[in-house]
Amino acid sequence: MAEPVPEPMTDPMTEAVTPAIEVQGLTMRFGGVAAVRDLSFCAAPGEILGLLGANGAGKTTTIHILLGLMTPAQGTVRLLGLDLATRRRDILPRINFSSAYISMPPNLTVWENMSTFALLYGVPERKKKIARLLEFMEIGDTQRALTGALSSGQTTRLNLCKALLNDPDILFLDEPTASLDPDIAAKVRAGLLAVRAERAMTILYTSHNMLEVEALCDSVIFLHQGRAVARGTPEEIKARADNQSLEDVFISIARGGDIFQRAAPGAMPNEACP
Amino acid sequence: MIRRVLALVLRYVYLHRRSLPRIMEILFWPVMGLLVWGFMAASMERGQAPGAAGYLIGGLILWEVLYRAQQSISYSITEEFWVRNIINLFISPLTMPELILASCLMGLAKTLASTLSISVLAWVLYGFDILAAGPSLVLFYGCLLLFGWAVGLLTMGLIFRYGRAAEALIWGVPFLLQPVSAVFYPVDVLPAWMQAISRCLPSTYVFEGMRQVLATGQADTGLLFWALALNLPWLAVGGVVFGLVLNRVRREGRLSRQMME
Repeated sequence: MAEPVPEPMTDPMTEAVTPAIEVQGLTMRFGGVAAVRDLSFCAAPGEILGLLGANGAGKTTTIHILLGLMTPAQGTVRLLGLDLATRRRDILPRINFSSAYISMPPNLTVWENMSTFALLYGVPERKKKIARLLEFMEIGDTQRALTGALSSGQTTRLNLCKALLNDPDILFLDEPTASLDPDIAAKVRAGLLAVRAERAMTILYTSHNMLEVEALCDSVIFLHQGRAVARGTPEEIKARADNQSLEDVFISIARGGDIFQRAAPGAMPNEACP
Repeated sequence: MIRRVLALVLRYVYLHRRSLPRIMEILFWPVMGLLVWGFMAASMERGQAPGAAGYLIGGLILWEVLYRAQQSISYSITEEFWVRNIINLFISPLTMPELILASCLMGLAKTLASTLSISVLAWVLYGFDILAAGPSLVLFYGCLLLFGWAVGLLTMGLIFRYGRAAEALIWGVPFLLQPVSAVFYPVDVLPAWMQAISRCLPSTYVFEGMRQVLATGQADTGLLFWALALNLPWLAVGGVVFGLVLNRVRREGRLSRQMME
C-alpha cells in the first residue's frame, strides 16, 4: 500500500488544518428518549479517536449519524471539511465503515463480493487491489470461497478489506475486532496503524476492549447516556482518574456516569472544535 | 408434555398478537383466492367468456410480468436487509435511484426469461400463441413493467416504514391487485365499487386490451392509452412515497435499526 501521503486540508486564510471530523451539538432521539445529547467533538486528519461507553451509551448511533444513515434531531456534522447534510454524495467515496454486525451476501464468493464493491467505489486495478488487501489481512487464500463459508474471524477481516478498498480518508470501525482471536486482532491493529502511518487516515473507533483502545487510539471520548463525559489521551484519562486502568474508568463511568466531576471539576466533558 | 406444547402455542399467540401482517395473512390468501376464482366462475356462468382458455393463459403470462416487476424492486432490496449488506450499500457512492434502476434491469431480465419460458410451454402444451396479440403485446408488456415497478416502490416504502414485520407484503401486494385488475375475467363482472377501483389501475386496461386483441385481432387504442397514461401518476406516487418514507425513517433512526435487525 505504498501510496503518497496526502497533504492535510488547510484553511488558506488561517493556515489551520481542517478537522477530518467535526461534530457540533449533535442530538438524536428515538421517540422521547435521547440516544445522543448535545455531542460535540473533532478528530484531526490521521487521528485515531476511540468512542467508548457501555452498551446503549450512543456510540453506534453517533457513527450511524456520521455515516448519514440517520438524520440528527439537532446539530451539524462536517466530514473532510464538507457538510454531511448537503454534501453526502461527495463525502461517501472518501469514507468507509466496518462493523461486527454487517456482512456481505453469503452466497457470493469473496472475490465476487469484493469485486462488486470495488466497482461501486471505482477502484482502479481492482484485481491487484483486492488481492493485496486480502493478503494484507491474511485471507488471501479465500478468494474463491463462498463468503458464507468463512469463519467469523475471516468474515471480520473480509469486512475490513472492504472498508479499506477505496483508501478512505475516514474509516469508521464499530467493534471491528469483536470476533477475532488475540493473535489476529493484534495483526489487524498493526495493519490499521500501518495504513494510518502511510496515508494519514482518520479512524473513529469503538471497542469494549480497553487494552486494544490503549494500543490504538490517540485520544478517546467516553459516552454515558448519550453525553460525552470525558475526553483525552488514554494516559490523560487515567491520570485524571487517580491512575485507575482504562477498564476501571470504563466500569466507573458505565455505573456512575461522570466520574470526573469529582476528580477534576471542569475537565472537558463536551468539547467544541478549536 | 402438554405444558411444553402449551408453552409453544402460547408463544405463537404472542407472536401473532403483536404482528398485524401475521393476523392478516390468516385471512388474506383465502379471501384473495375466493375473489379471483369466484369472479372467474361468475364470468363463466354468465357466458361472457367464449375464449376462456385463451384469456386464462394469456392473463397468466401477462400477470407474470406485473408480479416479477414488482418483485424485482421489493425482493431484491429486502434481500440486502436479510444478508445484512444494506449498510454496505447505503454508505457506498451508490445512490438510491441507481440501486432501484439496477433492480429494475435485473427484474426485466428475469421477467423476460420467465415469460418467454411459460409462453413457449403454453404454445407446446396448449397451442396458445401469445404472439397472436401482435405488436400491442410490447405495449402491454411495457405498461405492466412500469406499473409493477411503481407498486414495487410503494411496497418498499411500506417495508422501510414498518420493517421486517411487513416483509410478507413483498408477496401479498401483487395479489391484492389481482382481483381488481380483472386478470382472468372482464372488468364488468366486478361489483360497481370494485370496478371504480379497477378503473384506476393501468393493469386493468392491459388485461382488457389483451382479451380484446385475442377476441377480435384488433388492439383498442383507447385501452392502451389509459394503460400508459395511468402509469405516470402511479410511478410519480410510488417515487414520492418511497422518497418521503426513506427521509422519515432516516430522521426517526428506524432505517439503521432495521438494517441491524
